[in-house]
Amino acid sequence: MDGVRIDLISQDRFVMLSAHEKAALVLSIVRSGTIVILENGLTPEEQAELIEMTMSEIMPGEFSGIEIETYPAPSKVRGKGVFSRLLGQDNPPRLTVIGPANQIKTIRKDPDMISAWVSSQIE
Amino acid sequence: MGFGESITRVLNRLFYKKHVRIGIYGPPNAGKTTLATRIARDWGATSEGKISPIPHETRSAGKVENLEIIAGNGHSVTLDIVDTPGVATKVDYAEFMEYGIGKEEAIARAREATEGVAEAMHWLREDIDGVIYMMDAAEDPFMQVNIMMIGIIESRNLPVLIAANKIDLPDANPQHIKRAFPQHPVIPISCRDGTRIDELYDAIVQTFR
Ligand SMILES: Nc1nc2c(ncn2[C@@H]2O[C@H](COP(=O)(O)OP(=O)(O)O)[C@@H](O)[C@H]2O)c(=O)[nH]1
Ligand SMILES: [Mg+2]
Repeated sequence: MDGVRIDLISQDRFVMLSAHEKAALVLSIVRSGTIVILENGLTPEEQAELIEMTMSEIMPGEFSGIEIETYPAPSKVRGKGVFSRLLGQDNPPRLTVIGPANQIKTIRKDPDMISAWVSSQIE
Repeated sequence: MGFGESITRVLNRLFYKKHVRIGIYGPPNAGKTTLATRIARDWGATSEGKISPIPHETRSAGKVENLEIIAGNGHSVTLDIVDTPGVATKVDYAEFMEYGIGKEEAIARAREATEGVAEAMHWLREDIDGVIYMMDAAEDPFMQVNIMMIGIIESRNLPVLIAANKIDLPDANPQHIKRAFPQHPVIPISCRDGTRIDELYDAIVQTFR
């Protein structure tokens, strides 16, 4: 995992921002080549904003977009519908990892790396 | 626009029981344009979308307007169908070059594709009354874009019908999609050979009526 930079955005740092500001913050970090971990994930509205903003930032040869992973993997979560599980009020928020396209692969191969990294950061 | 348009709307409201605008959403290559073409053909309209193995072939909306779909039980619904560009979180021009497309053309396509995706997201906010969400039943339903899009559609309270396409493929597993999204109707179909397409029409009438 040499050379992979990760930035954890805590709920405290995120909570005061609008959907637009959140998407802009995430994208500015990801565009610099850093992987972002969001402690509390994004709401559907924020995700829509992030997709739209990503499309306007894509520059052929420079930035080809983002990849997103959420942990734990949805298939491993039990309950009702996927999304109510993901974001329903009565459910714990899920860790969301967002990185430059084609870099997330490195992480996907080794998901334990993320959980190890995160638990070393959050006590 | 303006007066003419509003008259059309009023007439539509008077003469049709319900006139709704349905967007076909889903990842690139799920078969959205193939479905739009089939619906148009089956219900006597034309559509100009291009079906292609190259992702992001549909880079702006295709529209089929004023279709009346009739279910087996005689109920019907009048719809406009919007065939959207596939939603993705990345568009890499190098991917187009793998299909033998030159660099300049690939860059132009990538740019159009990003605009198309942004536009499709925008319609979802303003112009769409319901969604046919299309997945390739031979692919992983937990693909991140599916989870995000279904969540976004749910958060906007739009009725959604999931079409589990390509059941003609040996690897297709529509059951997997049903388990992944138990909160929505899932209709296994093959747009290529038409298998179970009537069940999709019944579900369209039932869901969007
Ligand atoms: N095997 C199989 N292939 C399909 C089916 N429907 C569409 N395809 C193929 O999938 C590819 C993408 O189709 P298209 O309609 O352009 O997908 P779109 O990007 O979602 O609009 C094309 O090569 C189609 O011929 C199906 O039911 N079965
Ligand atoms: Mg298409």
